[in-house]
Amino acid sequence: MTEREKILGRIREALQTKATMPGAHEGEPSPALAGASTNQARAWLPSVGASEAEQFDLFARNAADLKADFQLLASREDLKSALTRLRDQEHWQRVASHRGEISDLACQALGLPVLLTDRGYDVQTLEQCDVGITECDALIAQTGGVLVTNRSAGGRALSVLPPHHVVLARREQLTADLPAAFALLQQKYAPDFPSMISFITGPSRTGDIERILVLGAHGPRKLTIFCV
Amino acid sequence: MNSFVSDFKTRATEKAGDLRHRQVIRTALRGYEIVRDKRKAAFQSWESARQAAAVTKWEAVNHLDTHLKALVAKLEARGTKVHWASNGEQAREIIAQILRDKQARSIIKSKAMTSEEIHLNHALEKEGFTVVESDLGEFIVQLRHEPPYHIVFPSMHLTRGEIKDLFQRELGDAPSDTPEDLTMVARRVMRQKYITADVGFTGANFAIAETGMISITENEGNARLTAALPKTMITLIGIEKVLPRFADLALFLPMLATAGAGQPMTCYNTMYSGPRQPGECDGPEEWHVVLLDNRRTELLADAEQRDALHCIRCGACLNVCPIFRNVGGHTYGTTYSGPVGSVITPHLRGLQEWKHLSKASSLCGACTEACPVKIDLHHHLLQNRRNASAAEPAFFERLAFQIFGIVANEPAFWSLAKKIGWLTQPWQRLVKGSPLDPARAWTKTRDLPPQPRESFKDWWRNRQ
Repeated sequence: MTEREKILGRIREALQTKATMPGAHEGEPSPALAGASTNQARAWLPSVGASEAEQFDLFARNAADLKADFQLLASREDLKSALTRLRDQEHWQRVASHRGEISDLACQALGLPVLLTDRGYDVQTLEQCDVGITECDALIAQTGGVLVTNRSAGGRALSVLPPHHVVLARREQLTADLPAAFALLQQKYAPDFPSMISFITGPSRTGDIERILVLGAHGPRKLTIFCV
Repeated sequence: MNSFVSDFKTRATEKAGDLRHRQVIRTALRGYEIVRDKRKAAFQSWESARQAAAVTKWEAVNHLDTHLKALVAKLEARGTKVHWASNGEQAREIIAQILRDKQARSIIKSKAMTSEEIHLNHALEKEGFTVVESDLGEFIVQLRHEPPYHIVFPSMHLTRGEIKDLFQRELGDAPSDTPEDLTMVARRVMRQKYITADVGFTGANFAIAETGMISITENEGNARLTAALPKTMITLIGIEKVLPRFADLALFLPMLATAGAGQPMTCYNTMYSGPRQPGECDGPEEWHVVLLDNRRTELLADAEQRDALHCIRCGACLNVCPIFRNVGGHTYGTTYSGPVGSVITPHLRGLQEWKHLSKASSLCGACTEACPVKIDLHHHLLQNRRNASAAEPAFFERLAFQIFGIVANEPAFWSLAKKIGWLTQPWQRLVKGSPLDPARAWTKTRDLPPQPRESFKDWWRNRQ
């Protein structure tokens, strides 16, 4: 008998005795089964407001709490100038990015040597880049976070290895809450999910020394989100 | 008294009197308490969310075989290699064999309590592999050669000064004692290790049966890098970590962050469903998932305490526990400390050897109140006490209660006992708390209230 069979056998035997469901009383019929309750998560999670303007406002406040820099831009021209401003401020020499409608535009505007990760890349070179510029799948108003996958954001490392992560999002990518973000992933990808899906909520951080917040533990010290 | 008990008592006495330790822990948790309450209050209904999370975990654990089979089928369909380990020894051997096959030398690890549970680092180092913990807190305690102090905050017992001295001694690099500078030292050390490591090792917070994914919650980005750069990835996960549906994470991720660290979401919550797939530009070529039982099925067989397997290892019960806060994490001598550790350790390592942990509790219920998945922790501590004494009754305890039963049931004996008490109490003061005192365990830190000369019964009779 394999270990798999042994473990599954022990589980089946253990489950012969029934355990009472939380909140139920022994001998009474069980309350309506689980799935239903999780589907209502939206009603219990932090509220997000109904209109798009409210949700953008909430996203901006949450991002600020997380010490991420969020800018809602009026046009693609504004995006270009915001990027070049940032390039000059931070003295970027080399950027890393991936192919995409907005990321192509961004790379052109910057006029710097670009490492594209789409077809494989040298890790040491990526580590030397000043910034990783990626697109994303969604912005989540409820948390102030960004949803990326390795398909939408140039692989697994691009959004986490360089010291600064710049996210390029479209206005229509604003998503109200976490249940909506999971619904979006199901709808967009199921059953062929990207092998990595990541909710990035603020720049990398740690509190392991005296519980004092330090940004840039292993991932990016800075997270900038441009939305056009 | 076995050595686990005497070690526990020695360490507990020492730590409880260590005012500096108490100050460090209190300071570390003060900020947590404020942000946790704020984040809980942001929920429209934290209580309903708890109930839903509890029911979802109940559903997962009470149909564990079905969910595990679904999880594994989905994982294998995308090229992940799944291994099953009944105990720690098997898990260590599976992992070591993968490393040997890959001719690996160096392993970069992100935080995994399951690996602490099976003492993985020690076993791998003995075989000559280099293992580096990448989570900052874990890295610090690894340099100190000690186990994590807390399941979520491994180095919360240390001050910046101690960490500076440690880095100076072990790494020869500590520019100052500010948390920023010290964190950057670790960042510099670790960067090249991610790139050169042969194997990345992770734990997992959840496994999703519906879509065949594991989910990792972290703040630093070290798990993201561990799962991105090395050619081989290994994930060790307890079998109880399954959730039925992908969308369940919409509730569990913010709840884990809120209960564990007072955050709306931790910085990175990442779901992995396979090694590098065709058309993807990076990620490990091979991914091994090791499913660990290690006596979890024994806990599963105890229907009364089965809900202890609902635990999502947020550490909230440790943070509120008056015992944990006074005796500290290392005193327990277990992988999982605090209330949940006291509940599950007797199941994972033996009831008689570890029953003393169930007695190290004021039964105040703060843990049960704090638990985001509503595990009935303080009642389980009582059940462990009951089960331990039913299996192996203590002779003197039984004798004492039998005598008490006889005395308390017979009015003549009872009033005689009171008289004796009144007569002997002044003499007891002479030996109070000393080894000559038969009630020493009680009286060395407490006073017995003086016995009244006249009982209520006598007073009532005389009054008439």
